[in-house]
Amino acid sequence: MIAIFRKELNVFFSSLIGYIAITIFLVANGLFNWVFTDTSIMSSGYADLQPFFNFAPWIFLFLVPAITMRSFAEEKNTGTLELLATRPVTDLQIIAGKFLAAFTLVVFSVLPTIVYYFAIRELASPTGNVDTGGIIGSYIGLTLLGGSFVAISLFASAISNNQIVAFISGLFLCFICFYGFDALALLPVSEGSADAIFNALSINQHYQNISKGYIDFRDVLYFSSAIALFFLMTQTTLGSRRW
Amino acid sequence: MSISVQQLSKVYGEQHAVDHITFDVPAGQIVGFLGPNGAGKSTTMKMLTCFIPPTSGKASVCGFDSMEQPLQVKRRVGYLPEHNPLYPDMYIKEYLEFAARMHAMKNFGPRVDEMIDVTGLGPERKKKIGQLSKGYRQRVGLAQAMLHDPEVLILDEPTSGLDPNQLLEIRKLIKTLGEQKTVILSTHIMQEVQALCDRIIIINKGRIVADDSVSGLQAQSSGGTIVKVSFKESPSKERFLEIPGVAEVKRIDDHQFLIQYLGKGDIRELLFQFAVTHQLTLLNLQLEQQNLEDVFRQLTN
Repeated sequence: MIAIFRKELNVFFSSLIGYIAITIFLVANGLFNWVFTDTSIMSSGYADLQPFFNFAPWIFLFLVPAITMRSFAEEKNTGTLELLATRPVTDLQIIAGKFLAAFTLVVFSVLPTIVYYFAIRELASPTGNVDTGGIIGSYIGLTLLGGSFVAISLFASAISNNQIVAFISGLFLCFICFYGFDALALLPVSEGSADAIFNALSINQHYQNISKGYIDFRDVLYFSSAIALFFLMTQTTLGSRRW
Repeated sequence: MSISVQQLSKVYGEQHAVDHITFDVPAGQIVGFLGPNGAGKSTTMKMLTCFIPPTSGKASVCGFDSMEQPLQVKRRVGYLPEHNPLYPDMYIKEYLEFAARMHAMKNFGPRVDEMIDVTGLGPERKKKIGQLSKGYRQRVGLAQAMLHDPEVLILDEPTSGLDPNQLLEIRKLIKTLGEQKTVILSTHIMQEVQALCDRIIIINKGRIVADDSVSGLQAQSSGGTIVKVSFKESPSKERFLEIPGVAEVKRIDDHQFLIQYLGKGDIRELLFQFAVTHQLTLLNLQLEQQNLEDVFRQLTN
C-alpha cells in the first residue's frame, strides 16, 4: 500500500498535475474571496471565512475528479493494472494507496489557506475576534468532504478505461452527492420523511453541520461510511474481471 | 511440482477460451507454450498468476492454490504479461524500485542494479521508460519479472520485438534462469522453442493437443523420416519404391532425391544396401529433421 501511495504521489509531483491542482485551487479561492468585489470577504462586512468554505467545495467538485480520473482508467487502458493485480497485494490495498495519495494532494491544497484565518484575525474588530472553533470545524469538514470526493471519483475512474468518461462521471456523482440530494429535499414532492432521507444523504448538509464548529459523531460517521461505501464499490468494480 | 493445473477451464459467455486442460510442471523445467493466436495461452497464464479466476478446475503454484492463497502464489511468481505494460513516465530505476517495494523487498538497491546489468539495460539506465525502444522495454519487463527472485517465471511472449542480437542474449538469459527456476513461456517462434525448452505444450482452441519433448514431438508427427540422398549416377525415381516402407520419392535434380520413409528401422541402412545392389555410387546421405513448424501446423489445423 505504501509503495502505491509513494508511486501515485510521485506521479502528482513529478509531473505538473499536483502543482496545477494546488495552484488552481489557491488562485480561484484567492480571487473569489479576496479580489472580486461581489464575493470578497472584504466586502461582506464580517470577519468570517464562511464565503471561503461555501466556495471551496465547488472547486473541489471539478478539481478532485480531474486529479483522480487517470488513477484506474489509465492503468486499465495501458494494461498496467494486470501487473499491479499480480503483485502480492490485495485490491483494497491498491485502492487505499491511490486514495491516500489523492487525499494528500487535497490536504496540501487546503493547507495554505490557513493564512486566510490569520488575515481575518487581523481584520476583525477588535483584533482576534473570530469564531476559531467554527473555523477549525469547517476545516475538518472541508477535508472530510475532499476525502469523500476522492473516494467517489476513484470509483468513477474504476468503472471506465477512458479518462474523460471517468472525469465526467466523477464530476456528476460528486455533484449529486454534494448538491443533488439537497436540491431533491427542497422539491415539494419530497416533503416529510423523504425530505429527511435526502438531507441525511447530502454531503452538503453534513458539511454545513460540521462547519458550525460542533463535531457531531453522526456527521463524522456519515463521511467515513460514504468513503467506505465507495471503496467497496471500487473494489467490486475492480473485482468484476473475476466474474 | 512447481505448477499443477487440473481440469482448468475458462468460459467467456459461449466461448471456451480454456477447456479442461491438465498438466504438471516439475521444478527447473522450461516449458514452451505454443498455439495459434487465441488458443488460450494468455488466458491460462492469467489464471496461473491469479489475475482472473478459472471457471472451473484448479491451478496451483508451489503447492498454493491460486484461488485460496493468491498472495502466496503472487509472491512466488514473476510475470511478464502479453504486450508488456509499463509506466512510460517512470525512470527505469524508479520503476524497478517501485516493483521491489510492491514485493515488500528490503535493501533492494543492489538487486535493482544487478537486474539492470543482467538484462543489459545499463547504457539506458538514465532514461524514462517511454523513451526506450521496444527491445529495451521488453528487457524492463523481464527485469521486473525476475526482480524478486521468484521460483516460477511466467513469460507471455518474452522475445517479441527484439532484434536478432537481443534475441540471442535474452534466450541465453532465460536458459540460465531455467537451470534453477521453473519457466513457462509462450511464443510463436519455433526455433526459440527448439533452442530453449525442455518440453512443449501445444494448445489449440483451449485444449492441449500435444505435450512432449522437442524430439518426441518431431518423432510423433505422422510424416515419418525424410532423407535426402544423392548418387553419382541418375537412377530412375521408381526404383526407390522397391524399398519396403518408402512412401514417396521426390526428384530434386538428376542426382538428388528426397525420400519419405514410413517403415521401421533406419532408412539409411536400406539405402546403402540399395546402392550396393544396383551398383550406384552413394555421394551423400542426409537425414532431414522433421520441421517443428510442420508438426505445429498438423496439430493445430
